[in-house]
This record gives sequence, structure tokens and C-alpha cells, in this order.
Amino acid sequence: MSMSVSRIARAVAAKDLRIELRSRVVSNQVLPFSGLVMIMFAFALDNDDVLQRVAGGLVWLATLFSLFILVQRTFAVETYDGALDSLRVAGVNPQGIFVGKSVALFVQLLALESVLFLSAIVLYRVNVDGSGLVLLVTCVLCASAGLAFVGTLYGGLTAGARGRETLLPLLLLPVVAPVLICATRATESALRSGGVTVGEGWPWVGVLAVFAAVFGLGGLLSFGSLIEE
Amino acid sequence: MALDSVINFVDAVAVYNGYPALAGVTLSVSRNEIVLLQGPNGAGKSTLLRACAGLMPVIRGTANVLGFDLTVDRDSVRERVGLLGHQNGLFGELTIAENVSFWSTVVGASVQEQTSAMERMAIDGKLANRRVSELSAGQKRRCALACLVVRRAELWLLDEPHAGLDAKGRDEIDRIVKEAAASGATVVVASHEIERAQQLATRTVSLVAGQVRDSL
Repeated sequence: MSMSVSRIARAVAAKDLRIELRSRVVSNQVLPFSGLVMIMFAFALDNDDVLQRVAGGLVWLATLFSLFILVQRTFAVETYDGALDSLRVAGVNPQGIFVGKSVALFVQLLALESVLFLSAIVLYRVNVDGSGLVLLVTCVLCASAGLAFVGTLYGGLTAGARGRETLLPLLLLPVVAPVLICATRATESALRSGGVTVGEGWPWVGVLAVFAAVFGLGGLLSFGSLIEE
Repeated sequence: MALDSVINFVDAVAVYNGYPALAGVTLSVSRNEIVLLQGPNGAGKSTLLRACAGLMPVIRGTANVLGFDLTVDRDSVRERVGLLGHQNGLFGELTIAENVSFWSTVVGASVQEQTSAMERMAIDGKLANRRVSELSAGQKRRCALACLVVRRAELWLLDEPHAGLDAKGRDEIDRIVKEAAASGATVVVASHEIERAQQLATRTVSLVAGQVRDSL
């Protein structure tokens, strides 16, 4: 009765997204939270030049803060009534679970980042031209994939642990630091902040792609062991 | 080991959080039996069920379930056993039909099997479309059992299946367990509801401090 990874992944992703659409945690809690972070920075810095210069970093910082909530939420759904245990007992391929949960997290991150970048355009008055937009979209896709993979991996690792609410940010923050740095640099190039060119952003996107590939592969290979007792 | 033996444990030891939760269990369960596990809290009933499901490593002794040696390989047995523990393994935001459909998809059951499982659990159209978070404890248990049925488990491991249910819900659980055994499954039930579970079971096994004290 072994099922293909892709079929399990589709079922898990569809289930997670359906649960999210009904519970509205992203729209009612995560989006307002990240929006507040953006607004507070706008008031705190209160200088258009400074805000335009640091807009990319602020967007990715708000994304990382929100990532912790999203990851905890996505695994709370599995552990609340013992579903993760049931999936393990049923012998469901853990690679399918990993891919499915990563895809659902990726979609939620994309929705969140779209709103955050729109907020940056409105609040911080940043501009992006055609070539910058291509770089920005590629950067968002690669960074989101990396964050989704690493978030799912560490979410699985801490799902059964005591004090997981505090443990997860503690473990996750150092690991996602490269994403914060690379995505910020690439976004600065896309927005031409501080005189950098679009071309200077592509190497950073390359690093983001490598990060996503490494954690995607690492997750596929190790997720099964991580969710074991 | 007898040919029709589904569970064969000899001096099996399992450790949980550094504590020997199973301290040398010897137990044999044959096909189609309904076995009641009884014993005080902390006796090792839940641990034994989890060990049979391949969730708990057996570090010493013999531990065979459905022909798989659990001391060597705990993964292979999982596709063939169904464990219903204190939790139901359901998603509260989804309806009963969506939960059963999800479990059908991830274990490769057909739509017909899904429909049949819901019919067996007397889950009709109106009930099927209610969210699990809105259901009573008994209805949640029925939904969890429907998810167990679609998995075509050969060995059912039920941990306190009557807990939190009213008389009607308990009767339904008993009916479902009897049907499962009649259709070829082997059932091991851990319960504190001794009188009710004894009526259901073909044999009673007493566990004390991680060991089998007697089997009647």
C-alpha cells in the first residue's frame, strides 16, 4: 500500500492550506502582526531616505518573525490531536509529509511577502523597475523555498519537544540568518537602494537557491528520523 | 511462534524516558482474537500498544508482530496495524468526509473503500459534512475508526476506546470492534472499563509494572 511521494505531498499540502483557509490564522493573526512590525519601523525610523535604504531588510525581518508563528502553527495542527503519530503509525512516507508541508508553508510565505512588499511600497515609498522586479520575484521565490524547507525541518524536529514554542526560534534563527542576509542584499539591488545595481543582486539569489536546495535535500533525507520518538 | 500468531513477545523490554516501561513482557496473540489489556495506571498498557505499532523501540527480548521482528525493523509493520490512542489523529478544521478522504489518499485506499468505511461507522451525508471540532467525543471516535478502517489494518490496537463516551457511543465501539474481528482483524484493547471490555474480549491479559501477570 506504499504511496508515491507526490500523491502524499499533494494531499498534505491541500489539507494544510484548507485548514489555513478555514482557521484564517495567516489573515487574522500573522498578516496583522507583520503589518504592525512594518508600521512600527516606519514610525521609529521616520525618515524616507533611511526607510528606503533599509526597506528590504525590514521586509525580510518581518518575514522571519512571522515564519516562527507559521511553522509553530503548521505543526500544532499535526500534534494537537495526535495526527503526526497517526501518520507515523500508518507508515505514510515521511518524504511526502515533508514536501507537502513545505509546499503549504511556501504558499503562505508568498502570500505574506506579497503583502509586506506592497506595504513597503506604500509606507516606505520604494520603487522597483522591470529588471529589478525580475530579480525581486526570483529572490522571493528562492528565499521562500529555503525558509519553507528549513522551517518544516526544524518544525518537525521540535514538534514533540517540551518548550517547543521557545525552542523553535532559538534553533531556527541562526540557521535562517544566511537567508536574511542574502535576501536583504538581493532586495536592495532590486530596489537599487544605496546606489547598488540589479546585477549585483544575482549572486545573492544564487546563494539563496543553493540554501534552498541543500535544505530541501537534507529534509527529504532526514525528516523521517526527525519525527521519530 | 505459532503460524497464526499475530503478536509474539518474549521477555520484551522497552524503555521510555529512561524508565523500563516494558520490563520483560511475554505475550502471544492469535489471529482474530480480541484481547483485553488491563492493569493499573503506569502498568505499561499504552507502551505495549505503541511497541506493537512500531512506535516504541524494543531493546531486548523477542518482539514479533505480523511476522516482523520489531527489534530489527519497526517501519514495515506500520502499514498493517492501526493504533487508536487517547487522541483521535483528526484535523478539527476539516469535516469528517475530508478527514476520511485525507487518510484514504495517504494510504492509497479507493473511493469505494472510503465510502464503505463511512457506512460501516454509520456516518451519513449530514454528519459527514460537519467539522470534527463541532462533534461529540463519540462522533470523533467513530470518525477516527472510519480512518482506521480505510487503512485495512490487520491488527487493531485500541487504547481506552470507551473513554469519554456515553452508553450509546460505547455500544457503537463494541459493535465496530466485533465487526472488525469478524472480518478477519485481530484486536488488542487496553481499558479500565473492565466489565464492558471483558464482555467484548475473548481473553484478558493483566499487566503490572511492565510485565504480564496473568492471561485468562
